[in-house]
Amino acid sequence: MSVRTRGYWLYLVPSLVLFTAVIVVPFLMNVGASFTRWSGVGTPRWIGFGNYARLLEDERFWQSFQHNVGLIVAMAVVPTAIGLVLAAALFDYIGKRFGPRTASALRAAYYLPQVLPVAVAGVVWGWLLHPSYGAVNEILGLDLDWLGDPDLALATVMAVMVWFQLGYPVVIFMAGLQRVDPAYYEAAEIDGASWFRRFWHITIPQIRPEIFVVLLTCTIAALKVFGPIFVLTRGGPGNATMVPSYFSYLNFFQKSNVGYGSAIATVLALIIIVVTFLFLRVQEREQ
Amino acid sequence: MRGPGRWAVLAALAVLAVVMLFPFALVALNAVKSPAEYSTAGPLALPDGLYLQGLADFWNRVGFGGKLWNSFVISGSVAVLAVVLSVLNAYALGIGRVKGRLSILVLFLVANTLPQEALAYPLYYLAKAVGLYDTQLAVIIVMTVIQAAFGTYLLSAVLGQFPKEILEAAAIDGAGRLRALWQIVVPISRPTLNVLLIFFFIWTWNEFFLPLVFLISNDTQTVPVALAVLQGEKYMDATMSSASALLGIVPAVAFFLIFQRTLTRGVTVGAIK
Repeated sequence: MSVRTRGYWLYLVPSLVLFTAVIVVPFLMNVGASFTRWSGVGTPRWIGFGNYARLLEDERFWQSFQHNVGLIVAMAVVPTAIGLVLAAALFDYIGKRFGPRTASALRAAYYLPQVLPVAVAGVVWGWLLHPSYGAVNEILGLDLDWLGDPDLALATVMAVMVWFQLGYPVVIFMAGLQRVDPAYYEAAEIDGASWFRRFWHITIPQIRPEIFVVLLTCTIAALKVFGPIFVLTRGGPGNATMVPSYFSYLNFFQKSNVGYGSAIATVLALIIIVVTFLFLRVQEREQ
Repeated sequence: MRGPGRWAVLAALAVLAVVMLFPFALVALNAVKSPAEYSTAGPLALPDGLYLQGLADFWNRVGFGGKLWNSFVISGSVAVLAVVLSVLNAYALGIGRVKGRLSILVLFLVANTLPQEALAYPLYYLAKAVGLYDTQLAVIIVMTVIQAAFGTYLLSAVLGQFPKEILEAAAIDGAGRLRALWQIVVPISRPTLNVLLIFFFIWTWNEFFLPLVFLISNDTQTVPVALAVLQGEKYMDATMSSASALLGIVPAVAFFLIFQRTLTRGVTVGAIK
């Protein structure tokens, strides 16, 4: 028996070597660097929890996490809520009355932004939102600096992210709905349940596993968000759209505060791991 | 709801679809306008004719063909290598059921969800130390490991269901483990492997952070990095911005159309990501 499993172990060797070199060692190096003052050249100087103490007092750091909360709303909560209504409407209403082709054409339209590289989506919106020649001001008859005004910038980024994310829950939820036994809906319809009651009492409970997966994956994506911030605002104006991932990037590659950047990245990694485990725990209890 | 009510629902959903697609339409419309036309008629007017000079100028200025090739080489290599690694791992974990398989799977899953910022600086430092900085090979190696971490997780579940009788029959016929993997497991799992291959390709194509950190010279950059870095530059005017947006959109939409079936079937599988 042990001989049998030993044989299979060999197949893990290439991955374990690469995995150690690319993930484990760099992650440990990052944690190690977070306890030092280091500019990236020369010898790192050990300062214990100095960077972490500094983080706690750094207003930019706290702000960046507040912005993350806003982005979780824009990337996870709002798309999930709208996505549920859209998926149910397409599956249970449009699909039945106008045919599955109409439903899948609409689904494809909502999904299309998702196929873009997120940096390219940022390029598109950077151009549309340009204060002097952008199309958004022209359409709305306004003269706003959407990304350059500190009071508007985060809300603008959030709106762009809703546009970008919306298609993902729609596709997942529609796929989930295929699993649901049509007899539930037929019985409810015979009982005279309104569309909204069917949505609340059948659709949502039935696709609860999908809702969990979407919320988890989108929350993690929102915590990690980097590309759209880099392309749209670079964290500005001021700190109006600063997020932890961009804040650590800034410290690594522009400010030469490698130790401080590592501390930010370590905290972000811990938060993501904790969020993942909490979600999986709740999901397990649900089932 | 009967009569006009159902049309109202359809109309509302159609309006939303138009809003979602509007940026694509605007990009296409304005990428074929001349700068003069854009400044007089604005972004919403229909183009007078096909003005392709803006696109051509942008293409040449950026060396866009080269960027496409870089993206293609990196994404293609990562897709193939990550599928190979995933299969090897899943063979050991899903079929071989080696000891500690659950902890290994959790480790792979955590690796896949880690923010890349928590690896970036050490990787940058190590790449410089071994002379791989600013090479596509560096991005290929790192992305292969990250994608394979997810592929292993997914494929182990699939191979865990693999019919044992077939493997036992092969063992009786004297097939070794490697032959059983190569001649039985891989061909039978081919549909799942194809889905993974396509996903890895597109995910790597869309990747931004690590390529931005590693690929700083013009010769190595990928499409998203080149477009994003250029965006802040001064010479980008309105028509050039729309041309650059169009060139970023077209390959992505093309992949979507080519792989549409696999993607919509596989997106639920990929939902775990």
